[in-house]
Amino acid sequence: MKDDLTLGERLQQQGISRRGFLKFCAATTSLMALPPSMMPVVAAALEQAKRPSVIWLSFQECTGCTESLTRSHAPTVENLIFDHISLDYHHTLQAAAGDAAEHAREAAMQENYGKYLLVVDGSIPLKEDGVYSTIAGISNLDMLKEVAAGAAAIVSVGTCAAYGGLPKANPNPTGAASVAEIIHDKPIVNIPGCPPIPTVITGVLTHYLTFGTLPELDELGRPKVFYGQSIHDRCYRRPFYERGQFAETFDDEGARKGWCLYKLGCKGPITYNACATAKWNEGTSFPIESGHGCIGCSEPNFWDKGGFYDALAKGTFSSAEGIAIAAGAGAAIGVASAMAGKARQNALDEK
Amino acid sequence: MVNMQSIPVTAIDSSMAGSTQNALPLLHEISHALNALRKTGEKTTIDLSALPLNSADKEQLFSTLGKGEVDATVTALGDTKIQETRYAGVWLVQYFSPQGNELATHIEITPTPNMLLTPPEDIQDAAAALADQISLTMQ
Repeated sequence: MKDDLTLGERLQQQGISRRGFLKFCAATTSLMALPPSMMPVVAAALEQAKRPSVIWLSFQECTGCTESLTRSHAPTVENLIFDHISLDYHHTLQAAAGDAAEHAREAAMQENYGKYLLVVDGSIPLKEDGVYSTIAGISNLDMLKEVAAGAAAIVSVGTCAAYGGLPKANPNPTGAASVAEIIHDKPIVNIPGCPPIPTVITGVLTHYLTFGTLPELDELGRPKVFYGQSIHDRCYRRPFYERGQFAETFDDEGARKGWCLYKLGCKGPITYNACATAKWNEGTSFPIESGHGCIGCSEPNFWDKGGFYDALAKGTFSSAEGIAIAAGAGAAIGVASAMAGKARQNALDEK
Repeated sequence: MVNMQSIPVTAIDSSMAGSTQNALPLLHEISHALNALRKTGEKTTIDLSALPLNSADKEQLFSTLGKGEVDATVTALGDTKIQETRYAGVWLVQYFSPQGNELATHIEITPTPNMLLTPPEDIQDAAAALADQISLTMQ
């Protein structure tokens, strides 16, 4: 659908009243995690917002990020925004297939060259010339480079696109890499999470739609407004942590009473994301509220950072148990190299 | 199928964790904003979804603020519930989607929340519409 309506005109066309628009702006400002004092600025910008072209590329991924987004829980506000975006290419959501789909991508690129927003989910395999993942015979690497060249900005949705994700897990058989490892000359925003919180994805897209810029980022390329605080800092179970009340197993008294899951491996203290406030499933809860510790899915390499059920103290510091294991391994290596040395010596002696 | 009682889990509300002590600083902020409104007329809006409040904190906050004289619902793009608190000039404004999901909750420190005011353009449109209606009726 091609048209040049601004968002304000579109809302008016849909019969949304001025109070409705005011409410829409309040909800949108909150969605973008901006202070309410910004509402008049947001209102003015939204009223004038033009319809941006969005190209969405899915590489080595599980489609969980798209699932998360299409189930976002404030359908009114988010649908109004998504009605306004021109999603010109998305494997999973578009009706076209095969050649027609690829032509849609090429046409959108040509028409909006230098202006479209590129959204990527999934990592990019680099080994064996990227043969591990291709679309229409084009490797993910080639397609990313080609589409990124004409993009105004890139949004890496999910931990795979942002940091390599599960495909990059040791031993990384496909040579999976993140978008930022490949593209260096475009503004890139990372929205990590496995999957990311739907309202965070929409919040960032809305920020771009509203202001035409990306939000302020932290050192890992994440928007500070959503990833500025740790899960632990905002956890409703934090008072139990302060009082030293911990669940020791998943079926003990503490677990049933909803005590702190730190000793059961909760990664909340080292995980920066908005789960504790934004929540999941229409604002129902977040993992800790369901009795399971945070696995840190929005942090780089979370899958290779030790067991999900190992307490942080065990994984990051040398506990007595950890030292004992390391000492044991060291001893074994010592013996092996001594034996190898002896074998070499024997071999030399025999010559 | 087993009944809920036979499952050895005690369902607890998140409020049992106890307060995170975030309600009191917020009440201070509201109090400062109310004084600013009194002295200079400066209005303040606080977005509660941006703050780490658990249900115990919210209960403490809402029970302290209580209910005042005005209770209104605006129906535009879903309901917006507007409640003046026990403290005149401090309003609780809750935005809901047409499906009933909470979109945002604001505390507004103002004589009248914006959502209650009639937009000037609407007054203009209304004046014209009413004049049209009257002329239609008179025909």
